[in-house]
Order: sequence, then C-alpha cells, then structure tokens
Amino acid sequence: MNIQVIIPMVIFLAIIFFIGFWSSKKLEASTGGFLQEYFLGGRELGGFVLAMTMVATYGSASSFLGGPGTAYTMGFGWVLLAMTQVVTSYFVLLILGKKFAILARKYNAITLIDFLKVRYNDSKAVVLLAAASIIIFLFSAMTAQWVGGGRLIESLTGLKYTTALFIFAVSVLVYVVIGGFRAVAVTDAVQGGVMVIGTLILLIAVIIAGGGVPNIMQDLLNENPNLVTPYGNEGNLSAAYVSSFWILVGVGVVGLPQMAVRAMSYKNTRSMHRALVIGTLVTGFIMLNMHLIGIFARPVMPGIEVADTVIPLVALKILPAWLAGIVLAAPLAAIMSTVDSLLILVSSSIVKDVYINYINPNATEKKVKTLSFGVTAILGSIVFLLALNPPELLIFLNLFAFGGLEAAFIWPIVLGLYWSYGNKYGAIASMITGIVSYIALHFYNLAYGNLFDLHTVVIPVVLSLIAYVTFSLLINKTKYIY
Amino acid sequence: MDPRFKIAHREALIGVALAIVHFIWWFGFAYGLGSKPVEEYSYILGFPDWFFYSCIVGFILVAITVIILVKFVLKDVSLEEEGDEQ
Repeated sequence: MNIQVIIPMVIFLAIIFFIGFWSSKKLEASTGGFLQEYFLGGRELGGFVLAMTMVATYGSASSFLGGPGTAYTMGFGWVLLAMTQVVTSYFVLLILGKKFAILARKYNAITLIDFLKVRYNDSKAVVLLAAASIIIFLFSAMTAQWVGGGRLIESLTGLKYTTALFIFAVSVLVYVVIGGFRAVAVTDAVQGGVMVIGTLILLIAVIIAGGGVPNIMQDLLNENPNLVTPYGNEGNLSAAYVSSFWILVGVGVVGLPQMAVRAMSYKNTRSMHRALVIGTLVTGFIMLNMHLIGIFARPVMPGIEVADTVIPLVALKILPAWLAGIVLAAPLAAIMSTVDSLLILVSSSIVKDVYINYINPNATEKKVKTLSFGVTAILGSIVFLLALNPPELLIFLNLFAFGGLEAAFIWPIVLGLYWSYGNKYGAIASMITGIVSYIALHFYNLAYGNLFDLHTVVIPVVLSLIAYVTFSLLINKTKYIY
Repeated sequence: MDPRFKIAHREALIGVALAIVHFIWWFGFAYGLGSKPVEEYSYILGFPDWFFYSCIVGFILVAITVIILVKFVLKDVSLEEEGDEQ
C-alpha cells in the first residue's frame, strides 16, 4: 500500500492525540467537579463543537461506507432515504432544547439517567433498566464499530486485521481515557471537519471522473432506469418503508442516549442556536453528497460487489494517493467519533449511574477519578478483545442497538420533559415494551417480511407510547411539578 | 410555571411543526413527481426533477428556515437556576 495514503492519516491521528493531552490539562485545571468535567466537559461546549459532536457522533461507518455503498447498488431511492437524517440535526436540539438543559442543571444531572432518576422520583427500576439497556446495547454497537475501524485500516494499509485493530484501539483509548468528554467533543469537531473536507474533495473528483452530472445520469439510465427513480434498482423500495426511516434515523434519534447527553452539555442558549444552524448545514451536506458520491461512482467504476468497499476503491482510483489519504481519513474519523462517544457514555453509566448511585454513594473524589479512568480503559480493552473475534451474541445485540434504544428511551425522555402526568410506571412499561416488542418484531419481520411494509422501529415506538401513557394514567396518577 | 419553560415549549412545538412540513415537502416531491414513468422525468442541473426538489431544494429551504428561526424566533434564556446567574 502506498505510503502517501498513510501519511495524511498519521498526521490526523497526531492531531487527535494532541487534543487528548490538551483536554487532560483542562481536566486537571477544572474546578467544577471531576465528574461533570470528565463526563460532560464541564457543560461548556460552544456552538461549533456542539454541532460537530452531534453530527460526528451520529454519522458513523454507515454514513461513509455502508450508506454510499448501498446507494451505489440501489440508486437515488437510497439517497432519498439517507436525506431523512437532515431532520435529526434540528429536531433533537429543538425538542430536548432549552427545557432539558435547564432541568439537567437544576437536577445536577451529568448523565441521561441522572435526569430520568430525578424526573421519575428516584425509581431504582427506571435507573437500573435504563443503565442495563445502555450498557448492553451500546457496548455491542461499539464493538461493531471497532470491527469496522479495524477493517478500514486493514484495507487501507495492508496491515493484518489484528494489528490494524490494535492501532485503532490505542488511538481511541488514549485520548478518551485521559481527556474524557471534552476530548471526545473536540476531537469530534476535528473529525467532523475531516468528514466535510473529505466529502467535498471526493464529490468534485467523482463528478469530473464521470464527465459531469448529466453525463452520469445518462449512463445510469442506459444501465437501469430504476436507478434514477425513488424505488430502488429492483423497484422494491416502497414509499412506506423509506418513510419509516423518518423515525429510525430522523425524529427517533431524540431517544438515543449518546445524542440526548449532548443536549445537556452546551454552555448557553447562544451555543445551542449556533449548533442548530451549523448542525443542519453539515449533516445535510455530508448525507446528500456522500450518498450522491455512491451513485456517481457506479458509471465511474462498475462492478463493485461489496458495498463497504465502494468509497475506498473509488477514492484510490480517481484521486492522487495523498489526496485519497485525506479523503479516507473521513470514514476513519466517522468511526472514531462514534466509538469515542459510546465509550465515554457506557463508562459514565457504569461509574455514575450504577456505582455512585447504588454501590458506593460516598466515594471520594479521588476514588471516582481513578475509577473513571480505570473503567474507561478496561471497557476499551474488553471491546478490543471482543472485536478480535466478535461473538455471535454481540452481533445479535448490535442489531437492536439503534432502533431498540430509540423505542426504549424516546417517550421516557420526551414525555418526561413535557407531560406532567408521566410517571415511573409509564417509563418502566414504556422501556420494557419498546425493547421487547422491537426484538419480537425483528424476528417476525425476518420470517414473514416487514409487517405493513414498515421498518421494524415504527410499531415498537407506537406501542411504547401507548404503554407510557396508559401506565402513567392507570397507576398512581400524579401531576409532576417541574 | 417557570417563564423559561413557556419559551421552551413554544420552541419544541416549532421543532415538531418544522419536521412535519419538512416531511410533507420531502414526501410530496419524491413520490409526487417520482412516481411518473422514467421517460417523463425532466432533469434540473442533471438531477431527476423529483430528487432535485425533494432533497436538494428541500434541504436548502430547511437550512434557510433554521437560520431564520435562530435569528428571529428563538429566544436566549439563562440555563442556570433563577437568581443564580453568573
């Protein structure tokens, strides 16, 4: 493999390390309490960093590898589907918005679960159920992303998978362990920047290589007219199915803990307002253009079989090696910025939500500090070992990490914020209904095809809403005073 | 009720409204224009018309709306406890 491809990546990793060390200095100098600093960056995120960390946390391997690869196969229908993600960028911040940030400060909440704990009257069941879902599902999701990171480095450098995974693991672990949430957020900003630049370069290059957009369109029409319709290459993308992604990757993202925690980390409402604008522009730009690149790559480089390899192969084919290196740092950045957020979140659940809440509420600052570094490092090491040879169970759990968590958390968070009659019975029923019905429906859909032609996420989200409202009204109905 | 919550509730409703309008725009153009036979598509800047309006123009309009909301509609409030401002 060409050394010129590797150099930009090494520079990229060096910058990331530097930010890790800078953040750990900030951590030492902070006065606001270790936990708030380590797991929430001291609630000091500005607009740009907030926007970028939301985009980068959310944009993962699938935005840069899997998604464009599917667009390559299915055509414009898949770009239409991918564009449902633009809604997340404003929806999450506007819905959780100011109320969540105000209440999180009032409750002194550092994690999403801290918020749920106070809102649902210290219900142990709510806390433990929520913590277990976060730890189990996001741990699995994290492992899957590490495998992706390792495979990407493997394919770009020609190193063995084990070595590649090791490089990836060490890079992520160092800055997350020493720098905490601030390092995660600031590196996310850099990684987001790399994602934007990589997208722009590759888009221009692929349009030139294809001889302009009208020319590419003609090639697609000649090959298979279905590619330019909203219905997919075989006409099997139905409007109902594509629209249900408005819930899975659009409005439902409000229920993802890694997104919700970001909505309590910003400094003031001006940061939030700036983040709304920047986040919307950046998400739309990346999602639109990366998926267009996937389609445009088809006439330029026909016959690619494995979806995930479309973007790396095309970049290496149409760009000079050093430029391909910069472009391919983008998917790497996307993967890193997702796993770093998951790592710090799972760690915060273990340390703050379980240990400090129920095992040792009187732990000293020093003990908490050692434990936070330790848990983060150990978690990372376990994920590394599992990613070497991912067990079936993890792969299985990862299937539910996204939609399952949305179905579990969306109503306890959103209605917990806005509906005074929501109570802990509703929250518990909603979480259980969401996860159980998601898993059950997953198997039904596998066996019989999608029920009502919808993505698996839709019906569990509706059922968990019904459960939340019914149980809140039936058992111990009380009005909550915010 | 905390007056800041009134502002927060209003802005959350704005978020819901924007998402609904966004969805209608996205869906309407995509399946309104896109369900015609392929031979009848027209092309704008090289893109099929349904895609151009639904995804490209749709995205630009949403971005402009968000900018307008931020500039003129959303209100700055203190996030700290009342009377505990820094």
